[in-house]
Amino acid sequence: MEILVCVKRVPDTAENEIEINSEGNDIERDDLVYSVNEWDNYAVEEAIQLVDEHGGSVTVITVGDDESEEVLRREMAMGAENGILLSDDAFEGSDGRGIAAILKAAVEKGNYDLILTGAQADEGYAQVGGMLAAMLDYPYASLVNMIKPGDGKLKIGREIEGGNQEVNEIELPCVLSIQTGINEPRYVGIRGIRKVASVDIPTMGASDLGLDAGSVGQGAARVRRLDYFVPEMGEGAEMLEGSTEEIIDKLIELLKSKGGIK
Amino acid sequence: MAQIFAYILHSDGVLDDTALELLAAAKKIDASADVTAIVTGKGIDDVCGKVAESYKTVWKIDNDAISYPNAEVIRKALVNILPSDAIVLMAHDTFGMDLGPGLSIKLDSAFAADVVDIEGVDGNTLKLIRQEFSGQASTHVDCDISTGAIINVRPGVFAPSGGQAGEVVDKSGELGDLSAKRKFIEILEAEAGEVDITKSEVLVSVGRGIEDEDNIEMVFELAEAMGADVSCSRPIVDAKWLEKARQVGTSGKTVKPKVYMALGISGSFQHLGGLKGNPFIVAVNKNPKAPIFQVADVGVEADILEFIPELAEKIQEL
Ligand SMILES: Cc1cc2nc3c(=O)[nH]c(=O)nc-3n(C[C@H](O)[C@H](O)[C@H](O)COP(=O)(O)OP(=O)(O)OC[C@H]3O[C@@H](n4cnc5c(N)ncnc54)[C@H](O)[C@@H]3O)c2cc1C
Ligand SMILES: Nc1ncnc2c1ncn2[C@@H]1O[C@H](COP(=O)(O)O)[C@@H](O)[C@H]1O
Repeated sequence: MEILVCVKRVPDTAENEIEINSEGNDIERDDLVYSVNEWDNYAVEEAIQLVDEHGGSVTVITVGDDESEEVLRREMAMGAENGILLSDDAFEGSDGRGIAAILKAAVEKGNYDLILTGAQADEGYAQVGGMLAAMLDYPYASLVNMIKPGDGKLKIGREIEGGNQEVNEIELPCVLSIQTGINEPRYVGIRGIRKVASVDIPTMGASDLGLDAGSVGQGAARVRRLDYFVPEMGEGAEMLEGSTEEIIDKLIELLKSKGGIK
Repeated sequence: MAQIFAYILHSDGVLDDTALELLAAAKKIDASADVTAIVTGKGIDDVCGKVAESYKTVWKIDNDAISYPNAEVIRKALVNILPSDAIVLMAHDTFGMDLGPGLSIKLDSAFAADVVDIEGVDGNTLKLIRQEFSGQASTHVDCDISTGAIINVRPGVFAPSGGQAGEVVDKSGELGDLSAKRKFIEILEAEAGEVDITKSEVLVSVGRGIEDEDNIEMVFELAEAMGADVSCSRPIVDAKWLEKARQVGTSGKTVKPKVYMALGISGSFQHLGGLKGNPFIVAVNKNPKAPIFQVADVGVEADILEFIPELAEKIQEL
C-alpha cells in the first residue's frame, strides 16, 4: 500500500502558554516550541504499522514554510520513507480549502492508495481531510481509530460519541482522518533524527504543482481570521490566594461544605 | 439573504439538544429568517412532527440508504436538493465533522467549524467567533457567504430557541443516486470498566499535566483520602495510563458529580462536554490563563505534582 500522510507544524500547546501579542493580530511566537500536530503523529504511526505488515511505503507531506521541514524529518525518523514540502509565498494565508487544494495537486502527482490526515490541528477546524477527499472524489471517514486492510478496501472504526465505535467498510483509494489513541506513536530519539538529517526533501511550489496561484492563498480564502483576543472570562473562577498552606486550608473548607470530602 | 438550513440530529425518535440550539444560531445570522430544518433517516414522520413544532419548514428525507446516518450518503442527497447558496448549520460533533467539510466542497461553499458565536451578517460576510489552540485564544472570523456556507456550530454554546410551528415537506423523491463507497456495518459499544464514573458524586480528574504514568499513583491517594473516584481527560487514556471507562468527555463518559476536581486539565470543549449537572468545579493548573478557569468555581494556580501530595496529606490528617 502506498500511503501519504499529511502533517502540520503547530505550536505545542502542551509545552506552551499561548499569549496574544499587544496588537492582537497574532500570538507571541518568539519563545514558542513547535512540534508536529499531535493527531498527525498517530496517523504516521498507523501508516508505518500498515506498511510493516502489508508492504508499501509511507510518504509524509506538509504545506508550510522552510521551518516545516523539521516536522517532515521528525516523521521520517519515525520510519516514513519520503518527505515532500509544499512551499510557496502564494500559499500563505490559505484557508482549509486552499490547503486541501494544494495537497490535492500533490496527490495527483503520485499514486497513493491511502491518504491519512489528523482529525484536527491547532486551529480546531477538522476540515482538511474531508475537503481533500471531496476534491479527489475519494470516499472519506473521519475520526478513525481502527484500520484493517482487506481486498481493495478497508474495514475501519470511527470513534463516535460516548466512545462507541462505528464500523464501516471503505473502498480504496480513500482519505481517513485519524483520531488519537488508535496506536502508541513510537518515540523518536536524537539519533533517529540525525540519521535522516541529510536525506533530500523535495520542495514544490505552485508552478511545480500546476496550481494557479490565485486559486490558493490569502486572496482565495473564503474564511479569514481577523485577530486574536482573550474572551471575557464571564464569572470565572475564584482564585485562591496565599501560601500553599493557606490555599489548602481554604480549599478543604470549601470541599467539605460542598460534599467533596466524605 | 440566502436560505438558512439546520441539519437536525436525532436518535431513537428523540431530538438531539442541538436541534433547537441551531435555531438560536440561525436567528443570530438573521433574526427574521424562516429556517428550514433537514431531517434524514428511515421512518421519521414522528421526528419530523416534533421538529415542525419549532421550525417553519421541515424537509423530510426518508430513505433506506440512510436509516443509519452515513455522512457519505447523506452528502450526496444534500448536494442534490440544496440550493447552491444555502447556509447550512449543523452541530460540530462526530457526524458534523464527517459531513461538513466534504459538503462544502461539493456545494462550492465556504466552511467554518466549531463556531462558538455569531455576530451577524454584513453584506456577503458572515461574522463569526471561534477559538484556536484548544480554547486558549479566541478569534473573530469573516466568512464569505456569497456562494453559500456550511457552518459547524459547537454543541452547547447557543441557548436553545423556541420557534413557530410549521409544516413538513417530503423531499424523499428528489435524492438521486445514493450509492457510496463507504458502507456502515455496525456500532460496537464502549466496554464497561472497573468503576462507573457516571455514578460518582465526587471525581478527582487528572489530565496531561500529570506528566508521567508514575504520578498517577498520587491522584489515587488523593481520591482515596477524599472518598472520591478517579477520572481523567483523553490524553491519559490515549497514553494507556488509565482505562477508557474513566475518560470524561464527548468521546468518553458523561458525568454528573456534585464536586469535580480538574487537575492539570486545560478545559477543552470536548472534555467539558462530558460534565453535566452543574457540579462545583475546582481547577488546579499551573497556567493562570487555562480555559478551565473560565468554567471552574474555584481555581488554584499551582504545579499539581507538588500540590496533590500536599493536599492529600492534609486531608488524611483530618
Ligand atoms: C472528536 C474529539 C473527541 C474528543 N473527546 C475528548 C473527550 O471525550 N475527553 C477529553 O478529555 N478530550 C477529548 N478530546 C481531546 C481534547 O480536544 C483535548 O485534546 C484534551 O481534552 C486535552 O486534555 P488535557 O486537558 O488533559 O491536556 P492539555 O490540553 O494538554 O492540558 C494540560 C493542562 O495541564 C496544565 N499543566 C501542565 N503541567 C502541569 C503541572 N505540572 N501542574 C499543573 N498544571 C499543569 C497545562 O497548563 C494545561 O492546561 C477529543 C478531541 C476530539 C477531536
Ligand atoms: N498545512 C498543512 N499541511 C499538511 N497537512 C495539513 C495542513 N493543515 C492541516 N493538515 C492536515 O489536516 C489535518 C486536520 O487539520 P485541520 O483541518 O486544520 O484541523 C491535520 O491533522 C493534517 O493532517
